[in-house]
Amino acid sequence: MVTHNSCSDSQSNLQIEVSNLDLSIRNIKLLNDISVTITTSGVTMVLGPNGAGKSLFLKCIHGLVTPTKGSICFAGTHDYPKQAMVFQKPVLLRRSVMQNMRFASQTQQSMTELEEALVSVHLSDKKDYPATQLSGGEQQRLALARALITRPELLLLDEPTASLDPASVLIIEDLIQKAAREGVKIVFISHDIGQAKRLAADVLFLNRGQMVEHSEATTFFTTPQSNEAMAYLNGEIVL
Amino acid sequence: MLTEAFSEAFALIMSADADLYEILWLSIQVSLTALFLSILLGLPIGSALAITNFPGKGICITILNSLMGLPPVVVGLLVYLALSRSGPFGVLGLLYTPTAMVIAQVVLITPIIAALTYQVMDDLHKEYRDLFFSLGIPLQKAIGAYLWDARYSLITAILAGFGRAISEVGAVIIVGGNIDHLTRVMTTAIALETSKGELSIALALGIILLALALIVNGLVTSVRSRARHYGYA
Repeated sequence: MVTHNSCSDSQSNLQIEVSNLDLSIRNIKLLNDISVTITTSGVTMVLGPNGAGKSLFLKCIHGLVTPTKGSICFAGTHDYPKQAMVFQKPVLLRRSVMQNMRFASQTQQSMTELEEALVSVHLSDKKDYPATQLSGGEQQRLALARALITRPELLLLDEPTASLDPASVLIIEDLIQKAAREGVKIVFISHDIGQAKRLAADVLFLNRGQMVEHSEATTFFTTPQSNEAMAYLNGEIVL
Repeated sequence: MLTEAFSEAFALIMSADADLYEILWLSIQVSLTALFLSILLGLPIGSALAITNFPGKGICITILNSLMGLPPVVVGLLVYLALSRSGPFGVLGLLYTPTAMVIAQVVLITPIIAALTYQVMDDLHKEYRDLFFSLGIPLQKAIGAYLWDARYSLITAILAGFGRAISEVGAVIIVGGNIDHLTRVMTTAIALETSKGELSIALALGIILLALALIVNGLVTSVRSRARHYGYA
């Protein structure tokens, strides 16, 4: 059962306050008593080994998965902000690139705006191309452009650059940094420590469904507080 | 004898024999009407089953899948009982009319269209569900998107229903009665003419029926391969 604890007053634009978050599926505890308050603007990077519960944590924040216990507050309320999520495997409608963009734009965004968004992901020359026939990198860029066209306050990214070529990674990182500069709060799951160093304002480190560490990026990468995080950063296998 | 029957059959087709084309026209009318009504019933049933969650959903799906294999003669018998003088709808006087044949075909093909629609929509729903949630797409818009993006697969489901309707004989012969110039359709005419030994007429109708099936399947294959080629199916 999800408890609705009262949310604390928020001073920042989009403070995310997670309290005592538990998630069990078939009596297996997948997230265990996670409490964290994210107050930073920009990119919050979620790191941790496979099976740590990163994606489930993100889905709980997004509202896709209902936690067994605990609460999540956004800017001091239980109301979800305007948000969008990009999945590890991009989900694209069986339509053209432009039709995918148009489907997501619920407001009166002009064609020019949609075309500009496609230019930003280097897909303007493929606007009439079937979206599902794009390459992996192009599909992910389209998914990101489509998410951003909805003008989210909170953008959740579940390994959007996993197995992409460096050129696509660069385009996506540029877009993410631009969105962050424009005030979009971004929570980003990655296994790429280099990428985390390039983008993160703060880092959440999860292991075995538990919050192990939450600290500013510079602190996390220079003086991690937990043995697990230290091992992870050293490239050791964390179990 | 067989060669003779074939050449007579082709002659009948080429001569635009009035009786032959009356039977053909009625067959198409009955099957298309049944198909249209089955689409109206089957698409919403299949879509609703795919998109919604409710207790007993699994049982509904099992029943629907089982109904795909309904024996036509059993359907014919049940519709006959319902429409006969002593039946609940006897007062409507529909027995031995094309309407009765349409009803029987609707009962037969609605489960096919609904079950195939369910399979198509369920796959698409699993694929799109999280995306639609993430983009905050309202249900009405989501349903429109499912129907549009599944259109090529749904056309296949619909044509499968048409194929079943046009080639069905057991149910329509019971509720239609195979009355000349009133309820005689291709399949019932083939059965009758074969039993009478009039092989040329039976063969002519059989050739037309096969041609229809080939055209329908050719259309399906062409539509689907084009859709696949462009990544829309």
